[in-house]
Amino acid sequence: MTATTLAPATTEVLIQLRPADEWLAVCPLSRLTPGRGVAALLPDGRQVALFLDRDGVPYAIDNRDPFTGAQVLARGLVGSAAGRPFVASPLLKQRFDLSTGRCLDDESVAVTAYEVRAA
Amino acid sequence: MAAKSTPATTPTIVVVGHGMVGQRFLEALAERGVTERARVVVLCEEPRPAYDRVRLTSYFSGNTPDDLSMVEDGFMAEHGIELHLDDPAETIDTTTRTVTSRAGLSLTYDTLVMATGSYPFVPPVPGKDAEGCFVYRTIEDLLAIEEYAKTARVGAVVGGGLLGLEAAGALKGLGLQTHVVEFAPRLMPVQVDEGGGAALLRTIENMGLSVHTGVGTQEVLAGESGAVNGMALSDGSKLATDLVVFSAGVRPRDQLAREAGLAVGERGGIIVDEQCRTSDPAVFAIGECALASDGRVYGLVAPGYEMAEAVADVIDGGTRSFTGADTSTKLKLLGVDVASFGDAHGAADGCLDVVYSDSRAGVYKKLVVDGEGTLLGGILVGDAESYGTLRALTGSVPPVSPEQLVLPAGAGAPAALGPSALPDEAVICSCHNVTKGTIRGAVTEHSCTTVPEVKKCTKAGTGCGSCVKVLGQLVNAELEASGVEVDKGLCGCFGQTRQELYEIVRALRITSYQQLLDSHGREAARGGNGCEICKPTVGSIIASLAPSIGASGYVLEGEQAALQDTNDHFLANLQKNGSYSIVPRIPGGEITPEKLIVIGEVARDFGLYTKITGGQRIDLFGARVDQLPQIWARLVDAGFESGHAYGKALRTVKSCVGQTWCRYGVQDSVRMAIDLELRYRGLRSPHKLKSAVSGCQRECAEAQSKDFGVIATANGWNLYVGGNGGATPRHADLLAQDLSDAELVRLIDRFLMFYIRTADRLERTSTWLERIEGGLDHVRDVVVHDSLGICAELESLMADHVAGYRDEWAETLNDPERLLRFVSFVNAPDTPDPTVKFVPERDQVKPDLPLLSIRSLEETLEGAAR
Ligand code: SRM
Ligand SMILES: Cc1cc2nc3c(=O)[nH]c(=O)nc-3n(C[C@H](O)[C@H](O)[C@H](O)COP(=O)(O)OP(=O)(O)OC[C@H]3O[C@@H](n4cnc5c(N)ncnc54)[C@H](O)[C@@H]3O)c2cc1C
Ligand code: SF4
Ligand code: FES
Repeated sequence: MTATTLAPATTEVLIQLRPADEWLAVCPLSRLTPGRGVAALLPDGRQVALFLDRDGVPYAIDNRDPFTGAQVLARGLVGSAAGRPFVASPLLKQRFDLSTGRCLDDESVAVTAYEVRAA
Repeated sequence: MAAKSTPATTPTIVVVGHGMVGQRFLEALAERGVTERARVVVLCEEPRPAYDRVRLTSYFSGNTPDDLSMVEDGFMAEHGIELHLDDPAETIDTTTRTVTSRAGLSLTYDTLVMATGSYPFVPPVPGKDAEGCFVYRTIEDLLAIEEYAKTARVGAVVGGGLLGLEAAGALKGLGLQTHVVEFAPRLMPVQVDEGGGAALLRTIENMGLSVHTGVGTQEVLAGESGAVNGMALSDGSKLATDLVVFSAGVRPRDQLAREAGLAVGERGGIIVDEQCRTSDPAVFAIGECALASDGRVYGLVAPGYEMAEAVADVIDGGTRSFTGADTSTKLKLLGVDVASFGDAHGAADGCLDVVYSDSRAGVYKKLVVDGEGTLLGGILVGDAESYGTLRALTGSVPPVSPEQLVLPAGAGAPAALGPSALPDEAVICSCHNVTKGTIRGAVTEHSCTTVPEVKKCTKAGTGCGSCVKVLGQLVNAELEASGVEVDKGLCGCFGQTRQELYEIVRALRITSYQQLLDSHGREAARGGNGCEICKPTVGSIIASLAPSIGASGYVLEGEQAALQDTNDHFLANLQKNGSYSIVPRIPGGEITPEKLIVIGEVARDFGLYTKITGGQRIDLFGARVDQLPQIWARLVDAGFESGHAYGKALRTVKSCVGQTWCRYGVQDSVRMAIDLELRYRGLRSPHKLKSAVSGCQRECAEAQSKDFGVIATANGWNLYVGGNGGATPRHADLLAQDLSDAELVRLIDRFLMFYIRTADRLERTSTWLERIEGGLDHVRDVVVHDSLGICAELESLMADHVAGYRDEWAETLNDPERLLRFVSFVNAPDTPDPTVKFVPERDQVKPDLPLLSIRSLEETLEGAAR
């Protein structure tokens, strides 16, 4: 395991992100509720929205809602469209594909999607 | 300036006036391909392209001038039409066939079409030009009225016809105390008869408008500043008013034609023949400026559209003509349905009237039939439900007797005659003259499967909109008949309606969303994550039924937490910069000084913006998510509870001070409001629920605008249901009178549970009551007379709710696990979100939004569906 922060001494499964080259441990998997998200702060000040779908697969995209500029995507509801998981922004309800960050309601808009794993 | 040189083979069509009819004419030209063969130039006097004048008043309910536009984006460019805004035609020379515009444009035409509409008639009374006098015709008029009304308190409308009442409604909506002055002895003298006028008068006066009929305006009085301050009336009385709107009829705008030497009628209007040709064969006139071949000037849009079609056809080499039109109208004036159709006043020889009148309820219906029973026309006031069907039946002998057609449901009337009873020739949309056969054809031949598609294909329903309901029924009937299943499902995940899901959850005692999705969802959705529509809906159903089906009553328990919309998830309302607002419950609006002080201290200590809400309580804005538990710890400590401002749940029960203090009060309205608020607090429902209790008929608590409103009487309480403020306000209907405390509570229990059981997602009681089959009468049968035998069950569901209620915030604070979610960052729980910032404003704070832009108001309103 190459996690760099705070890895507790337990064998707990951790959610890890790869914003750049290194994997970064963010929080225990148990902090995530399937179907909901949480926000995480990256060392460089960026914010990431982390989600679990109902099968326990983690996803990570930028937390900033490009339509309003507010850092709120982590607080949206998770759903499936054509078999792919998305989050609906809590402000104006646009949907974003969780694995690619593409906005499903406006082709010209996308947010960053991050590599993420539970290990 | 000379006209652009055009090849001799390309004829030029000049259109003067770009109003509703002018635009329709352009569309008709484009449809026929004439725009490809001819140069088309339009002179438009107004600063904006054609807009929907019929829906002008909807500007005051939030429609922007852009919403009202009638010109599709790119239409002019696509068809190569030259439109000159803000540049009216000034002269026409019929010998050289030239039109000159105000800006100096000189256009040589092969064909000229006049579509100049009408102007509002202002009676020549002294003072009519004083500051504060307006007319009601254009968007610019409305903008001016709106601006002036800001400094006015009282407004008067001269004219009690259709437009006058619409203007009066607008003034009332702008917060003015409003008077209507009508010279005739009744309102809407053109459309309705004496009986109809009386029903209308009663209802309109009940809304708080003052109506003066049978009096004329003699003079408009102005103060020293030159601004209006009153009116002198023909009965010698004076009316104090700050603003006057003239709406005393319209006159055709024929001046330009007159000056060009075209023949005009004695009482105005450009004389045209059956093809809408004026006395000069190269010139046509259409719309409100034309005096049609039947000797009438039509002040409605539908006949104008027919003229537009006829002229486009004639120019295209066809032979269509316009010989006269139906002047049927249906309107909602100040919320009252008023309709008249066919020979409404019974002008035909030997015709007979069948009248039903209930002035208490403000309902008046009259049908005119001839000796053989053929329906000739009619007038409907207060209840125009059957307008679409009756109008279409005009000219035939209806399948049931006329008295059965006017009786209200429940008084011996047969099941309402549906549109399926109509013949194919029946005109369903009179604005666009579309028959039932054409609509059926759109479904069967052009494979339209939705109302919007049918509208696009046939134009039906795109005028005044009064036929849209019948249109929907026809489209569904036709789809069903052709074997297409009409999808009434909640969303892409569930094929059931909300009501069906409610019944499934209740009967099978399903307490898990996933279980419901996997067992009852659409095939493709099973096993998936659901969506943002069904999750909160099912979450709400489970919460409403929680005590009865054995689910946790705490909305953030286990899986339920994942279903809630973001507001419910954080038990607070999300604001545009990601911060939250907090609304503690203040039952009935009654609060002790100690509690007020606590709210003040909390707001001060956390730097929150405070505002008194429209619901008699206090909203604290600008809390970061990590501050919510600390703030609520202080509030709960002081005895406050969640106000559920974030939930589709009971909001507030407003009260007036009532009998205890007020000299007029006849019951203790504050106590009742508190009792009701405490009883129904926390009740999750399809949409939010609001209530109010007034201590007497003066109604200071505005109970009639609430989902359930209570007004005290000398003998107890009157219960009103289905009221609504918001974008489409609706006055509540009286459900039952003179109830004791216990009777009142029992009836509300039943009413609310029946609503929760049968309403659609995000359907307020007002829309539910209008949608549900049988309407108010059916609901009364069910909840008052127990016609379905379910009242005991409804009551016991409510008893379970009341017994199971616990304060969500107190529960949340008591559980460290649950508090974990209230952090800005999962990996940095002590770091506040640095992007949530505030700047000062009027001694408090407001969000600092350098990066933020809320895209469109429209979306925001839809997004408000939380
Ligand atoms: C705070 C308040 C305005 C104020 O500053 O006074 C308010 C604020 C909001 N209203 Fe309201 N409404 C407030 C009183 C009203 C009233 C007046 C009343 O209740 O007497 C109405 C008209 C009455 C009615 O509902 O029939 C009202 C009609 C609406 C509507 C339209 C509802 C409709 O059926 O058409 C919405 C939109 C919706 O719910 O879908 C809405 C939605 C909203 C939302 C929730 C929009 C949103 O999703 O962000 C606002 C959230 C405020 C917040 O975050 O705290 N608000 N809203 C009022 C809170 C009252 C309270 O104490 O709970
Ligand atoms: C508040 C209100 C409510 C209404 N409600 C209904 C309803 O419910 N049902 C219904 O059927 N009808 C209703 N009407 C009437 C309906 O709006 C008219 O019948 C319709 O607009 C007529 O269309 P038109 O094109 O003939 O005239 P208009 O829409 O008036 O257009 C004429 C245009 O020509 C312009 N013009 C005039 N002279 C010149 C010139 N010399 N050069 C260039 N341009 C010129 C005018 O500025 C105007 O823009 C309502 C009208 C109002 C004001
Ligand atoms: S509604 Fe009646 S009792 Fe209540 S405050 Fe107004 S006048 Fe007084
Ligand atoms: S009758 Fe007016 S839109 Fe159909």
